[in-house]
Amino acid sequence: MSSAWEAVIGLEIHVQLNTQTKMFCGCPVGFGGEPNTRVCPVCLGHPGTLPVINEKAVEYATRIALALDCRIAGHTLFHRKNYFYPDLPKGYQISQYDLPLGDPGHLEVQMDGGSPFSVGITRVHMEEDAGKLVHTGGASGRIDGADYSLVDFNRGGTPLVEIVTEPDLSSPERARVFLTQLRSLIEHLGVSDVNMEEGSLRCDANVSVRRHGEALGVKTELKNMNSFRFLQRGLESEIVRQIELLESGETVEQATVHFDPQTGQISTLRSKEEAHDYRYFPEPDLVSIELDEAYVEKVRRDLPELPAARKERLAHDYGIPMEDAQILSVNRPLGDYFERVACEFGDAKLAANWVTGDFAAYLNAEDLEVGESRVGPDGMVELLELVADGTLSGKMAKKVFTIMISSDSSAAEIVEEEGLGQISDEGALEEMVVEIIAANPEAVEEFGQGRSKILGFFVGQAMKKTKGQANPQLVNELFRRHLQRSL
Amino acid sequence: MDVYELDAFRCRELLAGGEISVRELTQVFLDRVEERDADVRAFLAVNGEEALAQAADVDSRPLSERTSWEGIPVGLKDVLCVKGRETTAGSRMLEGYHPPYDATAVSKLREAGLISLGRLNMDEFAMGSSTENSAFFPTHNPWDLMRVPGGSSGGSAASVSAGEVPWSLGTDTGGSIRQPASLCGVVGLKPTYGAVSRHGLIAFASSLDQVGPITRNVRDAAALLGMIQGKDPLDSTSVGFNEPIREPTTVDLSGRRFGIIKEFIGAACEPGVRRVFNLAVSAIEALGGECEEVSLPSTERGLSAYYIIAPAEASSNLARFDGVRYGMRTEGALDLMDMYKRTRSEGFGAEVKRRIMIGTHVLSAGYYDAYYGQAQRTRTLIIRDFEKAFTDYDVLISPTSPTIAFKLGERVEDPLAMYQADLCTNPVSLAGLPGLSLPAGFSEGMPVGVQLVAPHFADQELLEVGFALERELDVSTKPDGEEVAP
Repeated sequence: MSSAWEAVIGLEIHVQLNTQTKMFCGCPVGFGGEPNTRVCPVCLGHPGTLPVINEKAVEYATRIALALDCRIAGHTLFHRKNYFYPDLPKGYQISQYDLPLGDPGHLEVQMDGGSPFSVGITRVHMEEDAGKLVHTGGASGRIDGADYSLVDFNRGGTPLVEIVTEPDLSSPERARVFLTQLRSLIEHLGVSDVNMEEGSLRCDANVSVRRHGEALGVKTELKNMNSFRFLQRGLESEIVRQIELLESGETVEQATVHFDPQTGQISTLRSKEEAHDYRYFPEPDLVSIELDEAYVEKVRRDLPELPAARKERLAHDYGIPMEDAQILSVNRPLGDYFERVACEFGDAKLAANWVTGDFAAYLNAEDLEVGESRVGPDGMVELLELVADGTLSGKMAKKVFTIMISSDSSAAEIVEEEGLGQISDEGALEEMVVEIIAANPEAVEEFGQGRSKILGFFVGQAMKKTKGQANPQLVNELFRRHLQRSL
Repeated sequence: MDVYELDAFRCRELLAGGEISVRELTQVFLDRVEERDADVRAFLAVNGEEALAQAADVDSRPLSERTSWEGIPVGLKDVLCVKGRETTAGSRMLEGYHPPYDATAVSKLREAGLISLGRLNMDEFAMGSSTENSAFFPTHNPWDLMRVPGGSSGGSAASVSAGEVPWSLGTDTGGSIRQPASLCGVVGLKPTYGAVSRHGLIAFASSLDQVGPITRNVRDAAALLGMIQGKDPLDSTSVGFNEPIREPTTVDLSGRRFGIIKEFIGAACEPGVRRVFNLAVSAIEALGGECEEVSLPSTERGLSAYYIIAPAEASSNLARFDGVRYGMRTEGALDLMDMYKRTRSEGFGAEVKRRIMIGTHVLSAGYYDAYYGQAQRTRTLIIRDFEKAFTDYDVLISPTSPTIAFKLGERVEDPLAMYQADLCTNPVSLAGLPGLSLPAGFSEGMPVGVQLVAPHFADQELLEVGFALERELDVSTKPDGEEVAP
């Protein structure tokens, strides 16, 4: 980005709640499945059917709003948002309008190695999800030009929470980090699967650019960013596009834009001038929701530990470095993994080292969730115990770990099969030490002249001979003893 | 007296006394439908075979094992969903639509053992005051076949009036039970909003719609209301009564104060209607009740507020009829938008389209406050006027309809004149109050009803007063339309 420009970014995030049943009917909530099997007259919008609010969804939404430090509305209301689309069975979406569940809040975001920043939350509200369309034929994969379209209402009526941020994000990277930490927060709350690929976490971004100190520019809306990386890349591309337009004397049109991750190109979907008039009005089929202080306090009391608190606790209780605690508190399953390993194994520092180091790197490289890893907490404990009892050196352990993640063998089995155990047999090592000393008289001389660094050369020779399996402490000790004696 | 002239209580007595079988009773009414409905056209569909099979099933069980209303025939307005049976709301849009579930009111009648003889005609989506807006055919007033039965529950009122069923269910949004009951000389009760579940009632205006009984007399209305009322987990706006509805027994009105709603007996009110209404006032006084005029000034804006709020909700409620999932879909549409437009243009009738357009307009950005917002504020004022009146009076009274039944075709081209038919009933609906229409006499040979209005959830009180007044007035509700009282 040219330094004369700054970006202004705000996000709209949709979170599917993992309640047992849908927002306004008793159908089960889930992902995928045979089309139109999790449906009933209510979520299909049959004539005469009426919505009934899912209390659990209200509780989950309240948790999210509280975790974002929002004010909870004592009196909140559903509205109808009217528009026609085949995935919307009633011709309106039951959503919230001028009386959302929660408003002004904020989230403190921790940048990697940077200072924290605060992102304002404009509002948190509840609504229902739409169904899913599958378009067949036609080039664009969109409804225009399709030969026919099929509708799957399994998703229709799933409880959604919409979170709208203030335009407080000044770079695509910050937007990505914010979203990552928001996801982590919601994951800790246990109210959503927050899986971007499956659509239980979805993100739209509003973005504009301006020269420093100038008034806000015209914004565009980037729709349906379905990964953290694409969010950042999409914003980067769109910001470049906007700056190029403005620098060449053209204007940015208010529009919805689409980012193609394959080509990195931005295309304009539709102009906002044609935007719908949603004709919001209070949903007459529902009564208002009154949340008294006692209710809000109860939900607040029952909130699970959130990332900020967990970070402090991990650092304090386990005595691990703050940087490790940060990594472990952002990713809830990773934190849980660490705690299990640390409790079982005992040496929390070594555990944190491994979990935030090799283990996290492996997940990253393979794009895996903690739960999908081949090495469970028990496997990790077994590996670390082999390090602790001297069977494996740190270096050997890394080697064993790389085999563990590509096989189904345990650490002990790998050590056995590959003959990787550390040689700690003093007799066997002593013989070799004596041989090496005998074969390198010049080095012995150097040692005699007080160059103690030459010890490293001897140890290196021993490691080479044993293919790294010799216990380095023991070899070190043996060389020291024999060299002293030979002087 | 023929059996078809009997009310539901008397039918039950015949069954209980073993004087007639359920099958015979059912056949009596089916025969009457056969005889009269070619002229009256109250039924959209009669399910005689199924009714007789159900009747035979009841007969196969001894009397001692039956519930109290088992085997009594009933008619259902075609806006209440019946599982697996075509339900159209009087619209082409839903021709061939078979709901996958029962409306709560329907399932309650099923549990009570009532036997549905079929579906009753209505104005399309309950929008209208004459049943001429039915997409299929108009229903005729049994008292004069040249006249309308009122609406939108015209089929429900005409069928009871013609002796085709002892009682029926209608629905009322702005007068759709009370006005046709008045025009057909039968009893119609719109319960307090929330007393009866709306689950399965194909919505017109959600904040106003209510299911209620149309019967030959007040005692039957109490019994039928008792069957269908109650809080329903499937309708968040339903409340139900604290006490079950009892058979009314009041015969003396002394100590009760009645307010005559001044605004409802103004210029729009025909002299003949006013004359009959005055008879009702005299009857109340004869029973010891005190009557005096009361002004509810905000109700003068009732019609205006109603014709903004009801269409606004309707425009949204009827959006689901888009040709995608059920009901009608135009063949050969070019694309999605074309399918929407053609399906909705062909599937809806003129009055429904008019209200969708009005409703869409009043909710639009830039107009919302001036129309919908203002109408809601007016509604609040109307509610307050009623609340204030009820601090001085137990029951408020007025004519149900400012006119007797008008001629078929007379108001079809003049929607504003048609809307006037609900002048006295609309404000009561806006306030969510219970309203009972009771036959009070005749003008030009046609029935005239009086409307009684009570506070929220005082439906029992309304029935008690209605019961006493009905006895005093002693108006013939003989269905033939041949005999005419005073």
